[in-house]
Amino acid sequence: MSTATAPAAASGATTSLTMAQALNTALRDAMREDPTVLVMGEDVGTLGGVFRITDGLAAEFGADRCLDTPLAEAGILGSAVGMAMYGLRPVVELQFDAFAYPAFEQLLSHVAKMRNRTAGRLPLPITIRIPYGGGIGGVEHHSDSSEAYYAHTPGLHVLTPATVADGYGMLRAAIASDDPVVFLEPKRLYWSKDEITPGPVEPIGRAVVRRQGTSATLLTYGPSLPVCLEAAEVARAEGWDLAVVDLRSLTPFDDETVTAAVRATGRAVVVHEATGFGGPGAEIAARVTERCFHHLAAPVLRVTGFDIPYPPPMLERHHLPGVDRILDAVARLQWEQ
Amino acid sequence: MTLLDQPAGPSASVWPPNAHGPRRDPAPLLPDPEPFRLLDTPAADKLDPELLRDLYRRLVLGRRYNQQATTLTKQGRLAVYPASTGQEACQVAAALVLREDDWLFPSYRDTLAVVSRGVRPVEALTLLRGNAHHGWDPKAHRTAPLSTPLATQAPHAVGLAHAARLRGDDVVALALVGDGGTSEGDFHEALNFAGVLGAPVVFLVQNNGYAISVPLSKQSAAPTLAHKAVGYGISGRLVDGNDAAAMHTVLTEAVEHARSGRGPVLVEAVTYRLEAHTNADDATRYRTPDEVDAWQERDPLAVLERHLRAHDLIDDAGVAAAAEAAEELAAEMRAEFHSEPELDPLSLFTHVYAEPTPQLREQADLLAAELAAEADAR
Repeated sequence: MSTATAPAAASGATTSLTMAQALNTALRDAMREDPTVLVMGEDVGTLGGVFRITDGLAAEFGADRCLDTPLAEAGILGSAVGMAMYGLRPVVELQFDAFAYPAFEQLLSHVAKMRNRTAGRLPLPITIRIPYGGGIGGVEHHSDSSEAYYAHTPGLHVLTPATVADGYGMLRAAIASDDPVVFLEPKRLYWSKDEITPGPVEPIGRAVVRRQGTSATLLTYGPSLPVCLEAAEVARAEGWDLAVVDLRSLTPFDDETVTAAVRATGRAVVVHEATGFGGPGAEIAARVTERCFHHLAAPVLRVTGFDIPYPPPMLERHHLPGVDRILDAVARLQWEQ
Repeated sequence: MTLLDQPAGPSASVWPPNAHGPRRDPAPLLPDPEPFRLLDTPAADKLDPELLRDLYRRLVLGRRYNQQATTLTKQGRLAVYPASTGQEACQVAAALVLREDDWLFPSYRDTLAVVSRGVRPVEALTLLRGNAHHGWDPKAHRTAPLSTPLATQAPHAVGLAHAARLRGDDVVALALVGDGGTSEGDFHEALNFAGVLGAPVVFLVQNNGYAISVPLSKQSAAPTLAHKAVGYGISGRLVDGNDAAAMHTVLTEAVEHARSGRGPVLVEAVTYRLEAHTNADDATRYRTPDEVDAWQERDPLAVLERHLRAHDLIDDAGVAAAAEAAEELAAEMRAEFHSEPELDPLSLFTHVYAEPTPQLREQADLLAAELAAEADAR
């Protein structure tokens, strides 16, 4: 596996990076700027993480600030709570989506609630990085899309970058946040490459229109963004001009951008890898319908993973939303009326 | 003759270079075979009489606190109260051995320890009153909020103690756990992290015999709960939790052990919950009056008072003065809980995030409109 280490991005300078390198650079820059930031998790130190996102951090900042922990996710997140109570700003890596579940009680009962139950006296500025989603041929327990669990929990911010630039910018914003952030990294985009120009840290919670269009609006995030952009390209040949919105943040949710983008076309499809029933798409479709009902020419449709346990790698392509399934949904948006 | 029947001898083959960690002698980590006691032993003669009198006054205060909180619950002033009656020596000692800059991590039965840290009862009992989830300023009192999910506060204590050391502060964290809590995964993970990090943390397990109704025999097959320390490479201590002097001594040593960089300590205090789990529990369904009576004989307050009187360390006036101070505390509690708490429904939205999300602003507006309509209807 190639190294993720990249030179620290000086603000304003353009560099070509993979998303993995952009995330690594964001961690390094945050650690250089703020001595209270520390990274902790399984294999993050000597190895640099199984995806090399923490590569080189132990060498630069020492084992105390890039802490190899025992293999116990509740212990990792629980310790991070205590560290944050004492004024540190932990960035926790939970190695894979489905291995984050042992930390659930700490996340739901303490991390998400501490600010609220102490009336603001004990905020917990913890960033919880979780590589998530499928598409890399991972065996069981390595490909879950678990965002709905987190988005359903008040007190957490839930972010997921889909571009290299957002990998850097949104992770910096997450670390700077005084609230806990679940930062979901689409692992199949780790090796996507782009030129980025780091700027000042942006506030979290805004969606971005990645592609303007007039026929219908695709609402998506994380690993499904490149699929939607590809679908929009193919659709052009079939006479549809599709807009694509990258949600970036599930909590808080940018109703303003989404509502405007759907009203502009009158048709919408929500696309995500996570299973459909009770998934983020259900919430998004409901919000869009509540806000755009009189602007809609068709029901809001969803293209999601099937309601099945994540399939074995040789079958995962049938599960994941692809270009054809997205275009089939677009075709069902009542164009005849 | 099977392979297993072969006589074992030293192997001629050599281990490869050790990548599997150091092997340590477990003997120094092992707890005493019997709970450590001081009162009613010859060693008690060396105890500081003023310390014993101080512990006595605090136990009297603690007992009155438990009684008053129970009464307030019967009067509907508290939603629920898990009394620490019978465990006052553990509660008082846990607070007394800590420095002001040390941290305490209590669970829901530990409000007396919180009060002993200097938190006002009305703030310590806020969660149980039900007007808010939490009362006091955790940073001002270096006391974490009451943790209701069992043992989940133990890893917090480890993380805080480790962070303090990283920042160069010789601060110790003390986590309070019950016997039932030792079965939780978080207890295991906390002890393991503490051992690996060498964090300056003390775990005090108040073994009161029951997790609601389930006795320790159904909770653990360990020789004692203190023995669990050995598996994590940390020191285990076993102490009589109803002997206030022993509790104070053992916890003082444990805190100093942790503070001096010698690693974490697990202390098991053998005690007894004289009352039911909470006012909503019926303890007669799972334990006999004879058992409770036997433990009344080991009531930590009675044990200490007997010792003080037998050694002429307290007189009737001293007992009366302690009782008077306790009545003052009870009167303060009655006064504070007599008035209705102020409730602001719109505060529900103010501390979910540092800044409310747009969605929460909308929901706050909805509730504000409902409140305005209610006010108009009145």
